[in-house]
Amino acid sequence: MSSPILKLIAQRIALGVLLLLAVSVLIFAGTQILPGDVAQSILGQSATPESLANLRAELGLNEPAYVRYFTWLGGILTGDLGTALSSGQDIATSIGGRLWNTLFLAFWAAVVSIPLAISLGLLAVRYRNGWVDKLISGLALASTSFPEFFIGYLLVYFFAVKWQLFPGISTVYDGMPFLARMQAIALPAAVLTLVVLAHMMRMTRAAILNVMQSAYIETAELKGLSAIDVIRRHAFPNAIAPIINVVMLNLAFLIVGVVVVEVIFVYPGMGQYLVDHVAKRDVPVVQAVGLIFAAVYITLNIVADIGAIVANPRLRHPK
Amino acid sequence: MAGQAQKPELLLDIRKLRIEATVYPPGEAPKNIVLVHDVSLSLKRGRVLGLIGESGAGKSTIGLSAMGYGRGGVRITGGEVMLNGRDILQSGKRGIRKLRGKEVCYVAQSAAAAFNPAHKLMDQVIEASLEHGTGTRAQAEKRAVELFRKLSLPDPENIGERYPHQVSGGQLQRVMTAMALCSEPDLIVFDEPTTALDVTTQIDVLAAIKDAIRDTGVAALYITHDLAVVAQVSDEIMVLRHGRLVEWGGTQQIIKEPRQEYTNALVSVHEITHDEQVPGEAPFLSVKNVTAAYGRGGPKVLKDVSVDIYPGQTLAVVGESGSGKSTLARAITGLLPPEQGTVTFDGRPLANRLADRPKEDLRQLQMIYQMADVAMNPRQTVGTIIGRPLEFYFGMRGAERDRRVAELLDKIEMGKGFADRYPAELSGGQKQRVCIARSLAAKPKLIICDEVTSALDPLVANGILKLLLGLQKEEQVAYLFITHDLATVKSIADSIAVMYRGEVVRYGPKSKVLAPPFDDYTDLLLSSVPEMEIGWLEKAIKGRRMESAGN
Repeated sequence: MSSPILKLIAQRIALGVLLLLAVSVLIFAGTQILPGDVAQSILGQSATPESLANLRAELGLNEPAYVRYFTWLGGILTGDLGTALSSGQDIATSIGGRLWNTLFLAFWAAVVSIPLAISLGLLAVRYRNGWVDKLISGLALASTSFPEFFIGYLLVYFFAVKWQLFPGISTVYDGMPFLARMQAIALPAAVLTLVVLAHMMRMTRAAILNVMQSAYIETAELKGLSAIDVIRRHAFPNAIAPIINVVMLNLAFLIVGVVVVEVIFVYPGMGQYLVDHVAKRDVPVVQAVGLIFAAVYITLNIVADIGAIVANPRLRHPK
Repeated sequence: MAGQAQKPELLLDIRKLRIEATVYPPGEAPKNIVLVHDVSLSLKRGRVLGLIGESGAGKSTIGLSAMGYGRGGVRITGGEVMLNGRDILQSGKRGIRKLRGKEVCYVAQSAAAAFNPAHKLMDQVIEASLEHGTGTRAQAEKRAVELFRKLSLPDPENIGERYPHQVSGGQLQRVMTAMALCSEPDLIVFDEPTTALDVTTQIDVLAAIKDAIRDTGVAALYITHDLAVVAQVSDEIMVLRHGRLVEWGGTQQIIKEPRQEYTNALVSVHEITHDEQVPGEAPFLSVKNVTAAYGRGGPKVLKDVSVDIYPGQTLAVVGESGSGKSTLARAITGLLPPEQGTVTFDGRPLANRLADRPKEDLRQLQMIYQMADVAMNPRQTVGTIIGRPLEFYFGMRGAERDRRVAELLDKIEMGKGFADRYPAELSGGQKQRVCIARSLAAKPKLIICDEVTSALDPLVANGILKLLLGLQKEEQVAYLFITHDLATVKSIADSIAVMYRGEVVRYGPKSKVLAPPFDDYTDLLLSSVPEMEIGWLEKAIKGRRMESAGN
């Protein structure tokens, strides 16, 4: 590894950290602007002014905003996400298990969807404008166009109700055997796969088609390589940067955007946790989850940037 | 390879080849056009046939047909392509794939584009050998290294570990030749392999290709538009025009006793006589000690450059790519403000930055570019394109403007009817003419011509040069003529500046610059220009005093 590439990567990471800090400010400011105050919502309408004032002092609400921000940020940096107002539980502990559940689901959806999407993209290019291409594109578009709750209920109807192959409610608990857990997440993972497949597949197809115009593709064809080898060996490596980008965007969606699917399958993940606590106006939880989602999003985008940098032979091997 | 012994003496026999394509003209129904009209040719084992002609002559199309390949929807619709005794057009997709990269290999015009940027050179060079199972990886790599050495590439043991962007254009072209030779084919199709290179680099690559052909005994189809180049490597030459055979004969006969008028025109293409004008009393534009760099603190691309341009005369700036010729133009026009030095115009200094120059100064300096088609807005008609400077500089409108556009079209020897056409409907030469008319419309004192004929066929380029000379007499316009082609310089310049690595190494009137004694670099440039003479290449290589920069 050479120094220019390390410099670029270091720049991206530094930018990411800066961005994350900016987001934390925004999240904090946003929740401050919301009407009402935490003490009021804890104690309810019938609270006496004295008890309100006491609680405010206890929660530190009388401090100026920037002091509270740094206290909050300091807590997060040391692993203390605060306490949920609605339940009084430590947020870090309750998030721990749920974050793991969300990542577990996202991981398996990604393991299925990413290779599938890229292979389908390669196939679509191989048989471009033929019936195979049109079939792949058509099905992929159809699966994206249906809202995820529709696909979700469709799968539940067939696989859970009619054929009883998989559970319709994805209950998971600590110490659950791996296979049982896999069976539980089969349907939500399938829904997520169908939702993200088309986007990745179509971007793969477009990125590779773009490269197929290059002179070196002709060189490869004139070496007598088969069409699929030309695409795999010569077109794909040059299309990798845009593909990494779209893959990372979809990975981020798998982690951050799964609220609807988690609700349908009553899956104990982050999305459901967030929705519950938004409804309860539990500000510390919303802040913590928001920050974690932002961190995931920013990290994956940094990974995409770094992937694109590393995939570029000109940066990897300077003159 | 079994059956090597029985391979027929006649390697390639193309009979009555007909190639068609479907074109989709805007606003019309798609139609079929015939690109190659029943052309026949034959090539014996180990011989070299040069295919020559202008663009659209069908030479690449014919060359690629030997690999059963049609570029961009081109179809082979008739005839036979007999290779090693069988008609490859009958052998199906799989059969054709088996011969590509094994029996026939291809060397493209731009090796820089034809190598995959994502893979190491070695992996690409031996790919065809591995694909067709002509040897193990170790054997193929060994052969590749031998070929690198034969093609006099630097560091032949390790150059394969590099990526394409780490190697110069001339070297890449040689690596591509090694790639074609690596799988020991019977035939190589060279498609303009030296056209994109500087003259000084071209001569090295040409010599390397010639040696490699001789030592390996491979047969070759050598496609080019440059007769002097093809005369150096070919045993026979076939002249093509509009997809038809014009003349086919031995190299000596074609270049010395051409039987067809068209061949004769190709042979004598560079002969324009232009008498040098003596410099006037005072130059109207002086570049004084200009130093310039891209980016602050970047390497100096121009170092202390001084030249003068006299009214109605032509200063030619010659040099290889990277010598700073185009940067000089950018400094004069203000696109790249010089770090030091001044540009004076009519006795007063011009503002360094383009943005600081008044409209009148902008009008006096116009430019014409190498790529005429990207220098015009494809969605504007020729009339709008030429009329734009008339509106901008002179405020002409309506009928007055149209009249002037018609006059200008007349000057560039194109009819009024072209005013309503779009650039896409014009040929390469016509596009460049429109660009000339556009620059003339501003009535400038100086037109900077940046490689304006480099992308054109020789005969078309010749027409453009004649037009430029004629216009200079009529309009008393001066040219700053940037080129790497010394033949062009001889036919158009009054004075010459030779540039090398950002410096002017030789400067003066044409007669002085082109007369001995020469400095080493000018000598290298002059001796690298291919001459229509068998055996020129060997003589030129022997007589050289310095290595070319591309090496």
